[in-house]
Amino acid sequence: MLIYILRRIVYSVPVLVVASFLVFWGVRTTYDPTAKYRASKDGARIVAQKRKELGLDRPVFTQWWTWFNRFLHGNLGVSDRTNDHVWKMLTRAMWPSLQLMFWGSVFALALAIGVGVYSAVKQYSIGDYAFTGISYVGIAMPTFLFGLLAIALLVTLPVTQFHLSEPIFFSVGLHSQGQSGLNLDYLRHLALPVLTLTVQSVAVWSRFQRASMLDVLNADYVRTARAKGVPQRTVIFRHAFRNALIPLVTVVALDSAFLIGGLVITEQIFSISGMGRLFLEALQFGDVPVLLAWFLVVAVFVIVFNLIADMLYGVLDPRIRVR
Amino acid sequence: MTISPPAQPPTPPTSAPTIADAELALVPGAEPVARSNWQLFRRRFLRHKLAVVAILILLVLIVACFGAGWLAPYPKNQTNLLITPGGPSAKHWFGTNPLGQDMLTQVMYGGQISLKIGLAVAFISTMVGVFVGALAGYYGGWIDQGLSRFTDLFLIVPELAILGVAIQRLGRTDNAFIIVLAGLGWMYIARVVRGQVLSVKEKEFIEAARAAGASSRRIIVRHILPNCIGPIMVNATLAIAAAVIAESTLTYLGLGLQPPDTSWGILLNQAESAVTSTSTFYLVLFPGLMLILTVLAVNFLGDGLRDAFDPRSEH
Repeated sequence: MLIYILRRIVYSVPVLVVASFLVFWGVRTTYDPTAKYRASKDGARIVAQKRKELGLDRPVFTQWWTWFNRFLHGNLGVSDRTNDHVWKMLTRAMWPSLQLMFWGSVFALALAIGVGVYSAVKQYSIGDYAFTGISYVGIAMPTFLFGLLAIALLVTLPVTQFHLSEPIFFSVGLHSQGQSGLNLDYLRHLALPVLTLTVQSVAVWSRFQRASMLDVLNADYVRTARAKGVPQRTVIFRHAFRNALIPLVTVVALDSAFLIGGLVITEQIFSISGMGRLFLEALQFGDVPVLLAWFLVVAVFVIVFNLIADMLYGVLDPRIRVR
Repeated sequence: MTISPPAQPPTPPTSAPTIADAELALVPGAEPVARSNWQLFRRRFLRHKLAVVAILILLVLIVACFGAGWLAPYPKNQTNLLITPGGPSAKHWFGTNPLGQDMLTQVMYGGQISLKIGLAVAFISTMVGVFVGALAGYYGGWIDQGLSRFTDLFLIVPELAILGVAIQRLGRTDNAFIIVLAGLGWMYIARVVRGQVLSVKEKEFIEAARAAGASSRRIIVRHILPNCIGPIMVNATLAIAAAVIAESTLTYLGLGLQPPDTSWGILLNQAESAVTSTSTFYLVLFPGLMLILTVLAVNFLGDGLRDAFDPRSEH
C-alpha cells in the first residue's frame, strides 16, 4: 500500500509541473503588469525598464523556472494588489474554504447516500420518483442561481412575510460580528452556503448511488444471501451497501475540482473571504503572483483528494488492497 | 424469519433480442414489416414522452429567442425612464427592470446569445472531439497517449478557473466564449468517443470489413462511428447545457459578457440585488426560469436520444 501511494505521488509530480507551466504561460501572457506605466510621459522607456526589472524580457520558460524554483523554496512572492505575502493571503483564505468544503462534503455524502440507497431499495415508489424529479431540477440548476433563489426564498421572504427582526438564515459571512466557534450562529450562517455548494453534487451523487446500489442488489451474491434467509436489513447494509459505495468514491474524487469551482461561486454570493473570493479578486485585478500560487495550491489539493479516494478503495474492497 | 420475495428480474438472455423481435413484441399479431433505422429511431424517441416535450420546449425557446427581432414586443435595450418599474403586467409580461426595459424583450434577446453559445459550443466540440477521439481510439499510439495526458492536466484544475483566465485573455465577447468553451469541451467528448471506438473496433463485423478490403478511413467513417452515434449525440446535448451554464455563471460573477450585450447571465448579474426584496424577485425569476428550462429540456432530450439510439432499450 505504501509503495502504491509513493508511486502515485511520483506519477503526479510531472503532471503538476507541466500544469504549473501551462498555467504560468496562460496567466503571465494574459496580464501585463507594466500596462499602468504606458500612458505616462516617457512611457515606452519606463515600460522597458520595468520589464527588465521584473524579468519580463526573458523567455516565458525562464521566467517560469525562476518562479517555480522560488515556489519550491517556499517563496510565493508578494501580491500586486495588497503588497501582502501571497502565502499569508492563501493560508488566511484557506480556513473558511476548508470549513465549507468539510461541511459540504459531509452533508452532501450523507444526503446523497441516504437518498440513493432509499431510492434503490424502494425503486419505483413515490419517494423514488420524487427524488428523481428533484435531482433532475438540481442537476439543471446552476450553482449561482440556486444561491440567489435561496437568499430570495429563505432569507428575504420569511423576513418580509413574518416581519422578523432578523432572518432565520444569514447570507453574509460565516459568523456574526463578535461571534466565533461552533454555535447556533455559525450554523445559521453555514446552512445556505453549504446547501448552495452541494446542491448539484447531491443531485448527481444520489443518482449515481442509486444506480450502483441497484446493480449490487441484482447481483448473484445478494440473491444468495436472500435465499439463505438473511434478513432484508442485513442484506442491504452488510452485503449491498458497502460494495455500492465503491463507484461513488471515484465520482466524488473526480468531482473535487468541480467542488472548488462551486466554492468560487458560493463564496462570492455569500461574501465569505475564502479561496474562491481570493481567486476572483486576483483575477479581476490581474494579481499574477496570487493567481499562480492559487492554481498550484488547488492542483495539489485535488491530487491529494484523489489519493485519499484511492486509499478508500482499499478500505471498502479488500481485493484492491493487494497492489 | 421473513422470507424476502425474489425481487430480481430474470437475468437477460445471453443473446440480446434482435430489433425485429422487439418490434414484433410491441404489435402482437402484426406482420413483420421491414423498417429503416430512422423509423425505428423515431418510434423509440416518440415513446419517450418527456423528450418529446423537451424538444418542443427547445423549439419554442429557439424560435422566440432567434426571432426576437420580429417577435419581441419592444426594441432591444430600449429604456423608458418615464414608467415606474414594476412586476408582470398586461403590457409587460415579465415586468420591467429599473431602467424601464421590458424584461420579456431582454430575456428573448438574452436567450439569443446564451443559446447561440450553447449550440455553437456543442457543435464545434462534438466535431473536434469525434475526430480526435476516433483517431485516438482506432490508431492508439501517440495520439492516444497525448489525449490522455492532456486531459489528465485538466482534471486537477477547476474548469471555472481556467475559463475565467482564458476569457480575460481572449476578450469578453460571445465568440471568445464559444472558442474557450469548445476548446475545453472537445476533450470530454474525445474521451467518450475514444472509449466507444476501442470497444467497437474489436467486434467481428469490423474484422469482416477489413477482410473484405475496406480501408481504415472507410472502417472508421462507415462502420465504427455510426455505432457510436448514441453516446456522441447524448454528450452533444450535455455540452449545450454545460456551455449555457458556464456562460451564465461567468457572466454573473462579472467575468464574462458585458452590457450592451445581453444574455441570461447578464440579466441575472444585473438582478443580483433584486433578491433582497420580494417585490423585485421577478427580475431573477424569469431569466433564471429560462435558464433552468433550457438545461432541463436539453437533459431530457439527451435521455430520449440515449434510449432511442439503443436498440435494446425497453421503454
